[in-house]
Amino acid sequence: MQLRPGIADPEGLTIAGGLRALGFASVSEVRSGKLLRVSFEADDVDHARSSVEAMCRRLLANPVMEIATWEVRADDEPSEEARLA
Amino acid sequence: MSTPRVAVVVFPGTWSDRDFLDIAPLVGWDARPVWHAERELDGVDAVILPGGFAHGDYLRTGAIARFSPVMAAVESFASAGGPVLGSCNGFQILCEAGLLPGALLRNDHLEFRCDWQGLRVESVDSCPVWAGGMVEGQPIRLPISHGEGRYYADGATLDELEATGRVMLRYADADGRVTPDANPNGSLRSIAGITNPRGNVLGLMPHPERAAEAEVGGSDGLLILQSLAAWLSEQPVAA
Repeated sequence: MQLRPGIADPEGLTIAGGLRALGFASVSEVRSGKLLRVSFEADDVDHARSSVEAMCRRLLANPVMEIATWEVRADDEPSEEARLA
Repeated sequence: MSTPRVAVVVFPGTWSDRDFLDIAPLVGWDARPVWHAERELDGVDAVILPGGFAHGDYLRTGAIARFSPVMAAVESFASAGGPVLGSCNGFQILCEAGLLPGALLRNDHLEFRCDWQGLRVESVDSCPVWAGGMVEGQPIRLPISHGEGRYYADGATLDELEATGRVMLRYADADGRVTPDANPNGSLRSIAGITNPRGNVLGLMPHPERAAEAEVGGSDGLLILQSLAAWLSEQPVAA
């Protein structure tokens, strides 16, 4: 989830300033955001996609201020966390 | 004038509920806490969504709270014209719930700001529930205490808020002048408080409940909170 273009992002501005202070002078902009990893079962990738879209619409993103982008990865193997658990 | 019965909603992480309940006798309210898992409001006259960090403010401020069971009752109460006041986190919850437009973003300076703040009262005619007894342009002083109070809405929404008299509070200096320097968080058009189209739902970032006694530094919060009883007394009794 990222703030919509045009909405001031003071966190991104501050991070950009930090990068420039470290000598990364070519940094022109940083936009901050939030990354979530959601694990769930679905019949197939299409169903998974429509579920993620619904999750974003209902809760994960606020369309007033944010844009959500997502990718769906099929994973038949249990995740590392699941194996540890 | 009868005593208003007021529900003070408590989410996990709410912290200003105690302040509202503590000052209720001063305001002249019969107030009681209502846990967020409740589904009924039991015939109250008004609902308060206090400040705090409901559900830890995880994901976004108010994002999880707006799905708490009590919110369905709050939404139907509000749509029936019932008085609702959301302060600070309560304002953020009202925006997430769609009861008020816009959103509250991280303060532009990234700091949590806890201070006394000057405000200018506007649109008193369109919000008789919460602004009755105040005059247009009146300067008041209330505490603010937030890290995410930067009001944002798109240009069309802001224009509509202004055109329909729904901006009730703007950040201002001690004389009520709205200036960039008096804006504590980068809110668009210095907006500190707005109402819904009907004027019964008010969301504001400042804390009126923390300014109800001279001993704590000011009592301007009473101007907003005591408006409710006067407004209720003017309403026709339900058949």
